[in-house]
Amino acid sequence: MENNGRRGFMGKAFGAVAAVGAVGSLVAMKKSWDPLPSVKAAGFTTLDMTIYEENQLVTEKWRGKPIFVLKKTAEMVAKQTEKQKARDIIIGGSHYMVSIGLCTHLGCIPAYNATEQGFLCACHGGQFDFSGDVTKVPPPRGFDIPPFKIDGTKLVLGEAGPEYTKMKETGITL
Amino acid sequence: MAHFTKATSVKDWLNQRLAIDTIEKVMGSEYWIPKNINFLWAMGMVLVITFVLLLVSGIFLLMYYQPNIETAFYSVNFTIMRDVDFGWLWRHVHGVAASVVFLIIYIHMFTGIYYGSYKKGREMIWISGMLLFVAFSAEAFSGYMLPWGQMSYWAGMVITNLFSGGSLHADGLVEWIRGDYVPAQAFLTRFFMLHVLLIPLAILGLIALHFGSLRIPHVNNQDGEEIDFEKESKRYLNGDKAGSKVMRFANDFMSKDMMVVGVYLIFFFYLVFYNYGFAMDPVNFDPADGLKTPAHIYPEWYFLWSYEILRPFSVDIGLIAFGFAQVIFVLLPFLDRSPNTVAANRRGLFRIWFWMMLINMIILTAMGKLPPSGIYSTIGFFAAILFIAQWIALPFITMFEKKV
Amino acid sequence: MKNKEPLILAVVVVFSLITYYLVEPFAHHVLHKHVESEGFVYADLPALTKTGNVANGKELVMGAGACTGCHAVEAVGMPAAMEPQMAAASYGVNPPDLSNAGAIYDAKFLADLIKNPAHALKVAHKFDATKGQAHPMAPFSGAGGDIEQEVADMVAYLQSIAIKPEAVTPKIAFENACGRCHALSYEKWTQLGEKPSFKYKKDALAFDIKVLEYEDSLKAYMGKLPPDLSMYIRSRGEHFISTLIENPQNQLEGTAMPRVGVTAQTAEKVIEYLEDAGDTKRHEREEIGKNVMIYIVIFAIFALLWKKQVWKELH
Repeated sequence: MENNGRRGFMGKAFGAVAAVGAVGSLVAMKKSWDPLPSVKAAGFTTLDMTIYEENQLVTEKWRGKPIFVLKKTAEMVAKQTEKQKARDIIIGGSHYMVSIGLCTHLGCIPAYNATEQGFLCACHGGQFDFSGDVTKVPPPRGFDIPPFKIDGTKLVLGEAGPEYTKMKETGITL
Repeated sequence: MAHFTKATSVKDWLNQRLAIDTIEKVMGSEYWIPKNINFLWAMGMVLVITFVLLLVSGIFLLMYYQPNIETAFYSVNFTIMRDVDFGWLWRHVHGVAASVVFLIIYIHMFTGIYYGSYKKGREMIWISGMLLFVAFSAEAFSGYMLPWGQMSYWAGMVITNLFSGGSLHADGLVEWIRGDYVPAQAFLTRFFMLHVLLIPLAILGLIALHFGSLRIPHVNNQDGEEIDFEKESKRYLNGDKAGSKVMRFANDFMSKDMMVVGVYLIFFFYLVFYNYGFAMDPVNFDPADGLKTPAHIYPEWYFLWSYEILRPFSVDIGLIAFGFAQVIFVLLPFLDRSPNTVAANRRGLFRIWFWMMLINMIILTAMGKLPPSGIYSTIGFFAAILFIAQWIALPFITMFEKKV
Repeated sequence: MKNKEPLILAVVVVFSLITYYLVEPFAHHVLHKHVESEGFVYADLPALTKTGNVANGKELVMGAGACTGCHAVEAVGMPAAMEPQMAAASYGVNPPDLSNAGAIYDAKFLADLIKNPAHALKVAHKFDATKGQAHPMAPFSGAGGDIEQEVADMVAYLQSIAIKPEAVTPKIAFENACGRCHALSYEKWTQLGEKPSFKYKKDALAFDIKVLEYEDSLKAYMGKLPPDLSMYIRSRGEHFISTLIENPQNQLEGTAMPRVGVTAQTAEKVIEYLEDAGDTKRHEREEIGKNVMIYIVIFAIFALLWKKQVWKELH
């Protein structure tokens, strides 16, 4: 009887030890599925903001997604509303629109028309102004702004700086 | 140790070591099948044959396919389709079988629902079958990634995005699944592994479970009759083959299985050679481009009904509805409270429930492919609501069913 | 009990077909704009009113400052003025060799093209001369005589030096009509011509660099790099490609792709070439398909006979 109980206990103890091993190997398995360090390192893109020309849309790439960079002209800055201005990234006195260049409707890539100073999404006809704010549905909101940090005249994408955190808190971007 | 005698024949030699006579009896000649069943009971064999076609064609594709984002598209569309002798045949067979297997699975499923083959002791048949459905879905999805065309890429993007959980914004989970911020090399290689190893292993295990779950309750029949297999099989073995209510699996029912398989293969090969477009989406013949979305993104036809349940709602409710649709079929044996194991047309309200469910799922399937706007969006919305309402109503309408 | 199987089969087939109809033909009808072919008649272009004079046309085409300033005419020993990637850097795209233009392109189209390129090519939305956006091909404004007659002469000359329209192979059709903008990598075609096999890697790379330079110019000229057409026969299908060639604006409004003005016959050849590239084994598929269908019917008949024999004892 005592023997049986002991065997029962040892059986459970063995089971517990085996379970620890199984859980331990699960940790290794989970970690192996993580993005590689090289992938994570490539998750940051640094843009030199001095090279852009006014009212000329440049598409950069960050984490495989297109990033729209548009340096605003003085005339654009002057005429824009507070709401549009809130989306600006200001570096060295210049105003930039920097955002993920995917329509917030279904992820198509809208095209920029420099004369009309706006974006048109060819997929379902969504429109955005030069600040990346939506002007015509179906898109539910303006372009998303990637996490950014201002570093002198450079902009680091993928890292959240105070300006970005503020935008996120005030609901300017998701 | 067992006692071995000098073998009188090869068969005897094997028999002493492997008991092949017993195996043959258990699996074939004395595996008893009721006689009052129709050709819909042959769908299991049709599925086995289709699975074999997938396995064989897959093996040959595997010899030339390269799971690399630079070369995958080329290895499929140039090497396999142009260079490899009969490579195109394996690809067409694989692509068409992957689509047709779902048609047969749906027929098999609705047969089970119609005849109540998930009730009273047959719950595990149903549950293991639904697990197979999930495994096949995962297999189909992971396989769809491999040619690395536009639809592979964007379906991969959209479907993995579902795991962000809407407002939960679990981007970390999405990135963990992808191994990258967007579908890229890590994503392709791990889905390749899933497609050719892990999921097929799971499928093989589940098939064994599905077959095993049939042994004790036996196959259902179209009249919902409870057959005394013990008595009827004795009657058969005593020579009254015509009078017995059961027959051998092999060769009796298998000959009918093969007849159905023959007709099915005519249909199947017609599709392989002359009408393959439905299974091989044209959009996927454009190489993957992460900077260009296709005008319309839709899954393969067999996922459309659940995709449509996701679409008409706001993000979070859509995801909940989608999750509901994924698991609810598994629970069918427990939601159906009726005591009857008979065909749906003898079950009062359930009869209406069955045909409504079938038609509604076809409507959902159709709407899932159309653009989500205007009238199609409205129809899809109501069809999705109806789908959920029907499942919620199921326990109540079956609870009061009279015993037939 | 009466046999219910035919009824059950009918139910299964009907529901399957309804699903198929909704998911395939019906959904495609809703998703894709349907464009009817006009049979490559180019009804918007004026008909040629004059009969061309070949000798006169020769002078107009080959004369100093005329077509050969930019175009090669290898058929009569007139080489290109510069290498394709250099030409593309100047004009955006390499001006075509005119040797077989008379056989490849529609005569009305050629005539209109000579007089007003942006109009014939249907790229007036991109090249508006009043806004200072001139088409790189200068319009022919007459050599002093009746311009209609002169244009007819030039077309007649181009037709006279070209190979016979029946002799246009799928390859020639594709290379002339599509191959200066579109690569066809599965047939080793680049915008500079067929990629030769090089002995030394250095030479191969040098060739690739020329292609990349050409593509850069093309990208700047067209807005984006025109796609490689290797798998287009599978991704777009014959009908789309044919109607797109006939009038790109019908299928893709606002596209930078010009109308190329090929004859119906050339268009068929182009399609055939794309089929050779992207659906190479189609003949084999049909042939094997027939044999497999015959075999599988025999298979089904034997299965049926076997079943009948086995089941005789069961009833």
